[in-house]
Amino acid sequence: MTRRRLATVLLAGLPLAFLLAFFAWPVGSIVATGLFPGGRFDPDPFRRALGGGLPGIAWFTLWQAAASTGLTLLVALPGAYVFARYDFPGKRVLRALATVPFVLPTVVVGTAFLALIGPGGLLGFRLDGTIWAILAAHVFFNYAVVLRTVGGLWSHLDPRLEEAARLLGAGRWRSFTTVTLPLLRPALAAASSLVFLFTFTSFGVILILGGTGLRTLEVEIYRRTTMLFDLPLAAVLALIQMVAVTAVLLAYARYQERRSIEQSLRPAGEVARRPRNWREWGLVAGTLLPTGALLLGPPAVLVSRSLHGEGGWGLDFYRALGQPGRTGARLVDPLQAVGNSAGFAALATLVALAVGLMAASVIAYRRGRAGRWFDALLMLPLGTSAVTIGFGFLVALDAPLDLRASWVLIPLAHALVAMPFVVRTVVPVMRSVQTRLREAAATLGAPPGRVWREIDLPMVARAAAAGAGFAFAVSLGEFGATAFIARPATTTMPVAIFRFLGQPGGLNFGRAMAMSVILMVVTAATVALIDRYRPPTLGEF
Amino acid sequence: MLEVQEATVRFGGLTALDRLSLSVGDGEVVAVLGPSASGKTTLLRAIAGLQALDEGRILWDGSDLSVVPPHRRGFGLVFQDFALFPHLDVGRNVEFGLRMQGLGPAERRRRAEEVLGRVEMSGMERRRVATLSGGQAQRVALARALAPEPRLLLLDEPLGSLDRTLRERLTGELRHLLAGLGVTALYVTHDQQEAFGLADRVAVVDHGRALQVGTPEEVWHFPAGERVARFLGLRNVLEAVVEGGRARTAAGPVPTPPGIASGPARLLVRPSAFSIDPTGEIEGVVRSRVFRGNGYSVEIEAGGTMIEAILPRAPRAGEPVRLRIDPEGVSPLNGP
Repeated sequence: MTRRRLATVLLAGLPLAFLLAFFAWPVGSIVATGLFPGGRFDPDPFRRALGGGLPGIAWFTLWQAAASTGLTLLVALPGAYVFARYDFPGKRVLRALATVPFVLPTVVVGTAFLALIGPGGLLGFRLDGTIWAILAAHVFFNYAVVLRTVGGLWSHLDPRLEEAARLLGAGRWRSFTTVTLPLLRPALAAASSLVFLFTFTSFGVILILGGTGLRTLEVEIYRRTTMLFDLPLAAVLALIQMVAVTAVLLAYARYQERRSIEQSLRPAGEVARRPRNWREWGLVAGTLLPTGALLLGPPAVLVSRSLHGEGGWGLDFYRALGQPGRTGARLVDPLQAVGNSAGFAALATLVALAVGLMAASVIAYRRGRAGRWFDALLMLPLGTSAVTIGFGFLVALDAPLDLRASWVLIPLAHALVAMPFVVRTVVPVMRSVQTRLREAAATLGAPPGRVWREIDLPMVARAAAAGAGFAFAVSLGEFGATAFIARPATTTMPVAIFRFLGQPGGLNFGRAMAMSVILMVVTAATVALIDRYRPPTLGEF
Repeated sequence: MLEVQEATVRFGGLTALDRLSLSVGDGEVVAVLGPSASGKTTLLRAIAGLQALDEGRILWDGSDLSVVPPHRRGFGLVFQDFALFPHLDVGRNVEFGLRMQGLGPAERRRRAEEVLGRVEMSGMERRRVATLSGGQAQRVALARALAPEPRLLLLDEPLGSLDRTLRERLTGELRHLLAGLGVTALYVTHDQQEAFGLADRVAVVDHGRALQVGTPEEVWHFPAGERVARFLGLRNVLEAVVEGGRARTAAGPVPTPPGIASGPARLLVRPSAFSIDPTGEIEGVVRSRVFRGNGYSVEIEAGGTMIEAILPRAPRAGEPVRLRIDPEGVSPLNGP
């Protein structure tokens, strides 16, 4: 028992140290900067924040998130149903395609919508700078969250439960509202909380599509920091935003605790079936076609505009990426940005994987109160916005060793953002390795370490690979944190795209498009690979 | 030789094992027979080292096993749902224990082939575990446990999840296999046919206690008490007063086997001991009858008590009947 405990402490220690150094300390520094500027409590930044339009910005942040969440649910639920209950040709490919927007870097999403409804946009009218552009981009971005979370559970719900309700006299609609909907509620709650959280902390999309008028807390933190150099006020905003996010997370956690129902789930293959008649085929097509237009339209327009320069169709913009461009005072070298992104992503993946695997094994194998707390603790970076993390790095990491100017900060920030994804992918698989398999191995003569290597590792390896893929994709597209800590020599692709967009001229706009396409293709390819090798959630055993 | 001494395991307020004692001699097959949740699986897990005892000891050849972890006990365990490793094929599942012993690949393959042949699964080495039928999975699980040649083989309802015909066939095969190998085994089941068919001795367990340990014949013919009798499906327990070779009961006079002392007693009358006889001394009324193929299972009310009888022909419900009792089918009950 004591050796077991020692192993736990060692396994939990490194993730905790990592969180302490690169999460707790930066957050603590934000508190210090916002509330104790000059070493003493000082309400001045707070007062200035209240006077400086904070209530308006907070209100806008809140209602645009609520509206985005509602709209996403409305648009995505029919899709979730169709994917869960019907088999149709091309389902696999379509599901993978529907996931792509979610993993696209926010900067790319913003750029794609700009290509569609921005200056010279394909639709002929401009919506950038309005709430509609933001809502559309948020639905586009979060569609997959609802499809995966709700559709995922839906596809495993036993249809016989609904059939039982029908036989007990409930009509089609009543059996849906009395049986299916309550059973889906955990997934619905999870999906809405996630979408709300993502849109509440939305940064890249709003920075690009919100114009000068629409600002969320995140955007305001960035503006105060980089344009007005008002760190104490930015810190106050970051604090308010952290409190709000924590409140949402706590509410969600409480809800989950109260609501957990043991469900008898069935393998998805047994639930879905071919549409049987023209009405069902019509339902499938009528749901999938508009969805396809929504999800494929913006990226398609992005690609086409990246290929269409002043001199007609061609690769001009891509060729222009080969030459460093002067954007204002800053020199942006696109090729260097590509190299930086690849290197940072590789490093961030390694760190996130190593720390995440250790943390996951603690969560999966040590149940009880301590395990749950550890679990919640590790999810904190996920709940904290990337902007807060970037801002925290900026204000914190100067002493004892000055890391602010070091390139190491960027992959570390990315690893921090990506680690929860690794943990989330690996923990369920670790837990699904049945205790009896370990016991069987033990009775066959395998000592504990060997049991882990022979039984757990082979089953977990695939999940770990998928987690690594996620980490890689997250790092490639990370913008919120990087925007604060990237220097000219450490510019990443998303930051370069944003800088190009900020400069006048068709060439810079085109470069942004071209680079967005490259980033989109790389990310989509990564995700396609993950999807191919993703471990089956309800297994073959 | 395995000795379980006063083993006690508690889960919170629930006592799963309650000072249970049992021994298994070398080469002996002992069946632990009991209803579900009687503690029999906990007993098996405790012997395998997967469950710590709260009190009591488990000894192998006289030495205490409490400090020996499962992987050093050298016991094989066949799980109820087999617990085959889904990421390994049949051959690698069977070779697993041999690999843990550090055997080389050639030797492992030879041994796996041999033991798979013994369970009639030759040539299935490269099959994926997920593609096996229930009976095949059971054989592979058995082969996997047997391959490292365990000192003691523990079987946890290994046929429990299979359908009835397959179960009956495999019971016979398993008996031959265990006898042929001369392996020491402890076999947990809730099915008396399995227990009687396989074991040299049977331990009837309920509420974490061993109610009776004996040969199948002893247990069947002389159940130690009413609980054992009821678990064996024998429900005619009559309070009686014995006098001069005959007993008076509420249902009527019952003949007694020789050697029973005079005075108050509790008698077990087997359903098969009854026959219809117009001169019989038991008078009753048929309350219900159910056709069972080899006869009718009939409930008869006699003198205010219900008796269960198996009869080749039976009157309809509501009709009167006179019964005779074969003294061979009557035995005294001594325990609770």
